[in-house]
Amino acid sequence: MSRYLLDKFLYTIDRDPELVERYRADPRGTVAWWEAERANVILNVPEAERSTWLAFTDTEREALATHDYPALFEMGAHPFLTLTLFIALFERDYAEPLGFQREYAARLSRFSLPYPDIAT
Amino acid sequence: MATIAAVIASTHHPFYYRASTSTGADRPPFADEWVAKIEAFRETLTRARPDLLVMVGSDHFHQLWLDNMPQFLVGKAPFYDGNFYNEEREFGLPRMRLAGHEELSGYLLRQGIDAGFDLAFSNELRIDHSITCPLITLRPQADLPIVPIYTNIFAPPLPQPKRFVELGKLVRRLVESWPGQERVAIIGTGHLSLELGGPRQFGPHGPDPEFDRKAVGWIASGDLESALAGVSLDSLWLPGNATHGFMDFMLMMGVAGENVKADYSDSLDLFHTMEAYFTWYPEAAR
Repeated sequence: MSRYLLDKFLYTIDRDPELVERYRADPRGTVAWWEAERANVILNVPEAERSTWLAFTDTEREALATHDYPALFEMGAHPFLTLTLFIALFERDYAEPLGFQREYAARLSRFSLPYPDIAT
Repeated sequence: MATIAAVIASTHHPFYYRASTSTGADRPPFADEWVAKIEAFRETLTRARPDLLVMVGSDHFHQLWLDNMPQFLVGKAPFYDGNFYNEEREFGLPRMRLAGHEELSGYLLRQGIDAGFDLAFSNELRIDHSITCPLITLRPQADLPIVPIYTNIFAPPLPQPKRFVELGKLVRRLVESWPGQERVAIIGTGHLSLELGGPRQFGPHGPDPEFDRKAVGWIASGDLESALAGVSLDSLWLPGNATHGFMDFMLMMGVAGENVKADYSDSLDLFHTMEAYFTWYPEAAR
């Protein structure tokens, strides 16, 4: 399990407007590109000094590739990162203010306390 | 010696800026009451005539990241730019730039480390809405130098609640012993019960009104003993999965002092989370 890498994906996509659009339009392709090219780049270190060991599990890759935020919640991806990015992806498709946020809550309604661990 | 002109603790609702500046059909029905409460709260800082602001908040995964995560960090820079692309995108927050106060930052770092708090520091820090929101509500002209202090309430493992209180007490002591002549306001923002990215988010009220009622009572009365007995790192998950931000309120209770009643307290029950506003005037108590 690579909870840290899930968070790193959410974090690095969310902070880049072009990647937000790319992930919305082509989630599977974006995840494949990101895992191959970006997953091992340490954010404050030159790219040549990248890590050598970070990879998604099949389940994690599939959850990201299908925009499956309830699955990300279940795996312990940081809920703030998931929420922030998914608002950027999908809020625009809802006419009512907070419509997406409320649907998001409803889709997580099967979870009760204690929630999945988010420690990395 | 410096004077502590005011101690202020509040929530930092990122939707205030948009709600308060929107007009016509875009203006939410609760905006007028919210603005009135914020303007009354702002007056509690204005009348303290501060010269500089120590600002306690928490980076929301903007500049600080899991590959290098400090627990407590003091900014020491001549300027701080404020707000990030995703805060403009989601909340409509404006870009800001604040002057820093390197002398007080340096004093807090040196003296704080010597007093047993191994504080991290940053010489180039972009501040996020945990600090810009209280500036927008309390000092919208953003004309005073700031010393930002960041806490980790977000990325486990977190420091214990008592460490937040201890840091608050230390900041109070250090600002009071700082050999400047300025009038310093110490302002910190946290959360009451709050859920982000979970099944209880964005309800008609905060996720746990009973916790909010208790917490507001602890803060208003300075009841650190009950607050420390009433919460733990484990229990704070229960009122809402982002409620660890309450520890920033506990830090501010440490600044204000044990059993020191707030001179001003107010709250506003909003959708998603309760707003709460507190001001203490340590000068008047002397």
